[in-house]
Amino acid sequence: MDFVQKLWAIVWKDLTSELRSKEMILSMCLFSFLVLIIFSFAFEMGFGDSKKIIPGILWVSFIFSGLMGVGRSFGLERDRGTIQGLFLCPMSPWGIYLGKMIGTFVFTMIMVIFTVSISTILFNLNVLPFLVPLGLIIFLGTLGFSTVGTIFSAISATTRTRDVMLSILFFPVSVPMIIASVKATGTVLDGKPIQAIFSWLNILAAFDLVFLLLAYLTFGFIIEE
Amino acid sequence: MMVTHKKFITETIQFITVFMMLAALYAIFFYAPVEKTMGIVQKIFYIHVPSAFLAFFAFLITFVTSIIYLYKKDYKWDVIAACSAEIGVVFCTIVLITGPIWAKPVWNVWWTWDPRLTTTLILWFTYIAYFMLRGAVRENQRANLSAVFGIIGFVNVPITFLAIRLWRTIHPVVITTKGLNMVPPMKHTLILTFIAFLFLFLTLLLCRTRLENIRIDTEKMRALAEDRFDQE
Repeated sequence: MDFVQKLWAIVWKDLTSELRSKEMILSMCLFSFLVLIIFSFAFEMGFGDSKKIIPGILWVSFIFSGLMGVGRSFGLERDRGTIQGLFLCPMSPWGIYLGKMIGTFVFTMIMVIFTVSISTILFNLNVLPFLVPLGLIIFLGTLGFSTVGTIFSAISATTRTRDVMLSILFFPVSVPMIIASVKATGTVLDGKPIQAIFSWLNILAAFDLVFLLLAYLTFGFIIEE
Repeated sequence: MMVTHKKFITETIQFITVFMMLAALYAIFFYAPVEKTMGIVQKIFYIHVPSAFLAFFAFLITFVTSIIYLYKKDYKWDVIAACSAEIGVVFCTIVLITGPIWAKPVWNVWWTWDPRLTTTLILWFTYIAYFMLRGAVRENQRANLSAVFGIIGFVNVPITFLAIRLWRTIHPVVITTKGLNMVPPMKHTLILTFIAFLFLFLTLLLCRTRLENIRIDTEKMRALAEDRFDQE
């Protein structure tokens, strides 16, 4: 119970500071909107067989704009000098990690929901019949993204070339998550039944669990100075 | 006493490596027969496969020594992890270069998105990132952060392989397991090159860690000398 309360304190702190400035959510949503626009120019969306590339476009815009936000998760703490306070919280490194991860997850989820709603209009995409399977993919994919992203955000926040470092560390490791999410989304949008994506969901769930476990085991070493 | 003992071992291993590499070269070009369908280009197989094995082995060493470092906090292990990863990247690069050279005449393409090829490429990117990270972080955090990344990068490999295999199931399998149906001279040559490459790895790792330790010592001495100089 004590753990949950402390965890909530960290999540609440992130949510409050974001609600006051709103800069992260706004910039993430705006950026992903722009990525969608750029893609629709680049691929001439709406003509011919453009349905096939929608899953790829969606996930690329999630990942690109998500990375913007996730980098700030620990980056802002460093800039404001609040990181020492965060690490001095009377709780385990795992708790600190989990708190930051939940915050990132919430922000990324808001951006993802925004992007999906925009793309239903821009790409004439009807997601209502696929809401349950698509929601499941997005939940597991975003969870994996926040899990890995938060670890690398903490690592890259200590370096000088912060955002570049985050991308270089993040992309090779996130490959299974991106493949699984894109393929599963494609299968669902094709109108296939939910059974068709079980193997992809398994990979996503395995990815999430493995990285949560790794974060549990190693996060203490990351914040050690 | 200890130093001469160590030197003796190093020199012995170096000697064996030279001998084994020469023997392997002889076996590749004179002992192993020319493959019927692929012709002379198939010889690259004896470099390609042991290199792939060695790259993977080197990253495994990085993974294990990273864990030991986090557990024991002895910088010795961090040095071994970094040096092994460096050798791994070199051999991974060799795999990625010899692969397309072999693939172009045989499959008629430089590259396919086969699970093994793609996983190797991702592995290469992962360990390039490992070195970028080492270069970018502060001295006091370098060992910790790179050990964590060394572990994460390696654990990710099987998941990546699974995901890519599932991704490409609709496509025909391009690589078949040739390992089992080879004529004995080919098999012997392959085994010989494997052993030679393993010794090459040992030699490289010993030299590289020694060099790294000397570098660290020199830096310490230089810092000491500068302190002395500042005082005077």
